[in-house]
Amino acid sequence: MLKRKGALLQSSHLEKEQMEHIIEAEGLRKTFGDLVAVDGISFQALQGECFGILGPNGAGKTSTIRMIYGFSPMTSGSLKVFDLNISKGLRQIKSRIGVCQQENNLDPDLSVLQNLEVYAHYFNIPRKAAEKRAKELLAFMSLGHREKAKVTELSGGMMRRLVLARALINDPDLLILDEPTTGLDPQSRHQVWERLEGLRSKGLTILLTTHYMDEASRLCDRLVIMDHGRILVMGEPFELIRKHIGKNVIEVSAPSKELQAFIQSQRLEHEDVGHRLIIYSEDSDNLFHKISDTYCKDGCILRMATLEDVFLKLTGRDLRE
Amino acid sequence: MMERISQRISRRFIRVWQRNLTVYQKTWKISFLPPLLEPLFYILAFGVGLGVLVGKVVYHSSEVSYVAFIAPALIAINIMYNAFFENTYASFVRMYYQKTFDAIMATPLSLEEIITGEIIWGATKSVIATLIMLGVISLFGLITYPQGLLIIPLAFLGGIAFGSIGMFFTGIVPTIEIFNLPIFLFITPMFLFSGTFFPVENLPFWAQKLSILFPLTHLVNLTRSFSFGIISTRLLWDVAYLLVFCLIFFPLAIFVMHRRLIK
Repeated sequence: MLKRKGALLQSSHLEKEQMEHIIEAEGLRKTFGDLVAVDGISFQALQGECFGILGPNGAGKTSTIRMIYGFSPMTSGSLKVFDLNISKGLRQIKSRIGVCQQENNLDPDLSVLQNLEVYAHYFNIPRKAAEKRAKELLAFMSLGHREKAKVTELSGGMMRRLVLARALINDPDLLILDEPTTGLDPQSRHQVWERLEGLRSKGLTILLTTHYMDEASRLCDRLVIMDHGRILVMGEPFELIRKHIGKNVIEVSAPSKELQAFIQSQRLEHEDVGHRLIIYSEDSDNLFHKISDTYCKDGCILRMATLEDVFLKLTGRDLRE
Repeated sequence: MMERISQRISRRFIRVWQRNLTVYQKTWKISFLPPLLEPLFYILAFGVGLGVLVGKVVYHSSEVSYVAFIAPALIAINIMYNAFFENTYASFVRMYYQKTFDAIMATPLSLEEIITGEIIWGATKSVIATLIMLGVISLFGLITYPQGLLIIPLAFLGGIAFGSIGMFFTGIVPTIEIFNLPIFLFITPMFLFSGTFFPVENLPFWAQKLSILFPLTHLVNLTRSFSFGIISTRLLWDVAYLLVFCLIFFPLAIFVMHRRLIK
């Protein structure tokens, strides 16, 4: 699946170069006292693409997007959205973006439908149009049957879909999602993904932060991996996997001494994670046969390299707490 | 600071006011009860009970009944309570627990407009309570008209004054429990010593001077004068005091909320 998307993207690459930059960040920096949250990053999000910001906790993802939707003033650098300077055109920018913040900040004093209608009024959408749009969005998010419900009666997945519907109330040109599926069960996550894919296919530009690699590979056309406030890599998911890991990886659980000696002697690129070895190789097919025949009868697998491998390789395996 | 604030406030603040009104419309039947019943309770307790002991009170060199003396003060106290509690506890819940302000800040509205909308809403609640209380108290013939009608715009001004200082506290308290402090040190002394239940002149000299600093003293003075139909230029000082109070605490409220929420 990854492959297909990668190929598709490459063919449209040239077109993209000429496309409008929706977000342009140059040397974007954010500090809180002594803490450097975002350390001079530069990137562009293009019209119609889903751009992902990945990184472990505290990498600076949320700080970055909070600057983009004007919640948090930048310390230095330059930031343009829709070619408008964030400090001057903030109100104009905010009227054209939809934001899905990390916390569910739905209005618990209002019903499901009222949440959307009242939010529409913040954008000066007239009452009649607001009601129409709200009902359409509830239907799109499969929430039409709950329009009179209290927000607190909704499940986690429904709340997230309602937040998403609310972010779309002004028919935005840019949708900003801060960890849209964190804390959701697999069914709900897939529901949210399907909606997002639908929106992307209609040409909506999406900026997304996540630490779910499957989410990023599925949704993002291009992404950056951040750590400690800096961008480590930028590119298309498939391209990043190919460049940093290769096609496949070999995973060995409880590796024997002989195998470890073999790896040392062959100077194979690998990672030792306690009871497991992860071996990266260009020629993983042949290597796998050799290793599995000679060194381990079971507990040895050959699997497709994923974005998670890239992520862990680049950001390390230390806990971020 | 003033210039920056005025730049960021457009008519859009009305959207926040409308949001609060939408919520209020769901619970208006309950919200209507306190201003409806409270004056009745007070008039019963103080007029029939305590009033017998107190007898007459001298006001503007004429004797008035104790009930007539305290009735306008009850309105002033309610103006204070409605705005102050709306912009402390209720605003704090919206800001801190419900993250309502965070959600609104992602729309074209600015933080300054959110705070303005909240304070104007607090003042609106003061006006609603005042209208109900005026109706009830008028039934006892304790308000002189048409002068008494001036209490309505006064309720709005007083509401902004107490809402602004309430919002100022909302911007600085670390947790919701800390509101007990301004209530205990600021609201309760005002409730008792602002010429509400006895004339300020009964206080020792130093306390009289102190009570002039209380915004409620000026608000009580105004509601009482209007209730008795007395209009004089000296009242302009009381109005001016409330205006200055607003002009200090409204920008201050915005300043501390900005410091608290924009990071």
